Amino acid sequence: MSSQRKYDLILILLGLVIFAIFEILIVTKTIGAFWQLNLLLIGINIIMAASLNLINGYTGQFSLGHAGFMAVGAYVGVVATTNFHLPLFVALILGAVAAGILGFLIGLPTLRLKGDYLAIATLGLGEIIRIVIMNIDYVGGAAGFKGIPHLTNFAWVFFAVLFTLFFIKNFVNSDLGRACIAIRENEIAAEAMGVNTTKFKVMAFTIGAAFAGIAGGLFAHNFYLISPASFTFMASFNYLIMVVLGGLGSLTGSIAGAFVVTFISAALADLPEFRMIIYALALILLMFYRPQGLFGYMEISSISIFRKFFDRLKGKRDV
Amino acid sequence: MSKNELLRAENVSQVFGGLRAVSNFDMQINRGELIGLIGPNGAGKTTVFNFITGVYQPTTGEVEFDGKSVVGLAPYEITQRGIARTFQNIRLFSELSVLDNVKIAKHCHTKYGLLESIFRVGRYESEEKQIEDECRELLKIFKLEDKIDETAKNLPYGAQRRLEIARALATQPKLLLLDEPAAGMNPQETHELMEMIRWIRKNFGLTVLLIEHDMSLVMGICERLYVLEYGMIIATGTPEEIQNNPEVIRAYLGAETIN
Ligand SMILES: Nc1ncnc2c1ncn2[C@@H]1O[C@H](COP(=O)(O)OP(=O)(O)O)[C@@H](O)[C@H]1O
Ligand SMILES: [Mg+2]
Repeated sequence: MSSQRKYDLILILLGLVIFAIFEILIVTKTIGAFWQLNLLLIGINIIMAASLNLINGYTGQFSLGHAGFMAVGAYVGVVATTNFHLPLFVALILGAVAAGILGFLIGLPTLRLKGDYLAIATLGLGEIIRIVIMNIDYVGGAAGFKGIPHLTNFAWVFFAVLFTLFFIKNFVNSDLGRACIAIRENEIAAEAMGVNTTKFKVMAFTIGAAFAGIAGGLFAHNFYLISPASFTFMASFNYLIMVVLGGLGSLTGSIAGAFVVTFISAALADLPEFRMIIYALALILLMFYRPQGLFGYMEISSISIFRKFFDRLKGKRDV
Repeated sequence: MSKNELLRAENVSQVFGGLRAVSNFDMQINRGELIGLIGPNGAGKTTVFNFITGVYQPTTGEVEFDGKSVVGLAPYEITQRGIARTFQNIRLFSELSVLDNVKIAKHCHTKYGLLESIFRVGRYESEEKQIEDECRELLKIFKLEDKIDETAKNLPYGAQRRLEIARALATQPKLLLLDEPAAGMNPQETHELMEMIRWIRKNFGLTVLLIEHDMSLVMGICERLYVLEYGMIIATGTPEEIQNNPEVIRAYLGAETIN
């Protein structure tokens, strides 16, 4: 077997061990209901942050409408399970496909815009998606969609997170990922190296949207009711904070960002105004002391104390 | 058109608003030649590169490469056809490692797709290994092998210029366009660079079009020269012919003589 696939397998095994530990903690009720909910939210937020990172961090396209794609995945998913009695797995796939198609259709024209213009366009489109859903009576309009079966559990979320991270890690470490990163680094040079920049921007945007759709499906099936109010611009902004806090272009960073932001939200659940002040302060401090985010472009496997361990997993020898 | 011809530009003009940056430009390059494009600052040399590589659409005229028109193609399509370039103001992927800079340029020749990337099956493994080997080989030629993991922006200026050429070569071009490759280099570095260009042309079977400011340098290695002034070709010919051309002497040096 090739060394890289072996490395992937070991990482998956490591994931299974972590899963078993958490599952035991949950079954033995060492983790109570409140933190169990937060554990699910952390997982869902990791999927959102990692997929947004693919667009904003790796490809360098400033998208601000990620919650819109999450909403599409959530609504398509709940219709599939509640109205058509399809299993959760199928609902998640349908949600991902719908969000991905929408991402493709939106990405094609908007990704020609740059910087601030792209941010404004995606912000607007995210809001449009929400408002359209608000006006569809079939899914409950502004009042929300009721009677959703509670299908999401820790296992679903955990394995979806594992799949997402695995997918994005291998994507960014391939020729396709390099093309995306080249666009972030210097679009004119990327084009001169033979990279069809429009194609790869749209590809990153579509994949990112599809994973947001999966996160939406998982999110929705954790509650009895979802409403368009869960997918506002503020939610998109929240995911952006996770990505920026953790580090644009670092998956380890997205995981850390999702943890930190979810913990802050949970700890300050009773003081929502306070939360925004803390975010603002945290971001200001970050801009001053670590503008590249907690991890910058680094992954945990390239930080010196961990590097030896990961190199041994990869079967690399010192040369 | 002869089989030997690689690039032909015919009657190309490039207008920006009211400014004619290039007018009635004609050029013909045969396979294997090393051609120089010289002229004072603002003469339109970089503009020529930009319309050949699709960065600008020529206002009028025709550009043919390898027997086919490239007018209207996007820059990435032209790169895929076999034209690679460097930039006057270096455009590296500055936050990435030296090795990754070159690996990106292998994009046109990589065949594995999305699923092969994600699950690391099929052609992924073997092609990645080949990419890595070829890139290391190229970096060795450009004396960058001990800087492979360095971040590109941290390289000294001369090394950045060499990396840009290595990266362009990694696209496996038939025609290499170099925009003032020796700019900012000291005489020693310039001399080494010229030797390198000569060497890669011979060993890669390349055709090279070179923009240069330093006359002595182009005179040394180019077989034919085109001289631009105010967007027009005022002279073409061998270095000796150019050196003695009164038009060129006037344009380039005023009353002084070349050398
Ligand atoms: N994109 C552009 N828009 C307007 N003017 C341009 C543009 N690109 C080049 N020019 C003008 O065209 C002329 C030739 O420029 P350039 O080709 O860069 O000259 P050179 O490379 O010979 O120094 C200059 O006057 C320059 O200002
Ligand atoms: Mg120039």
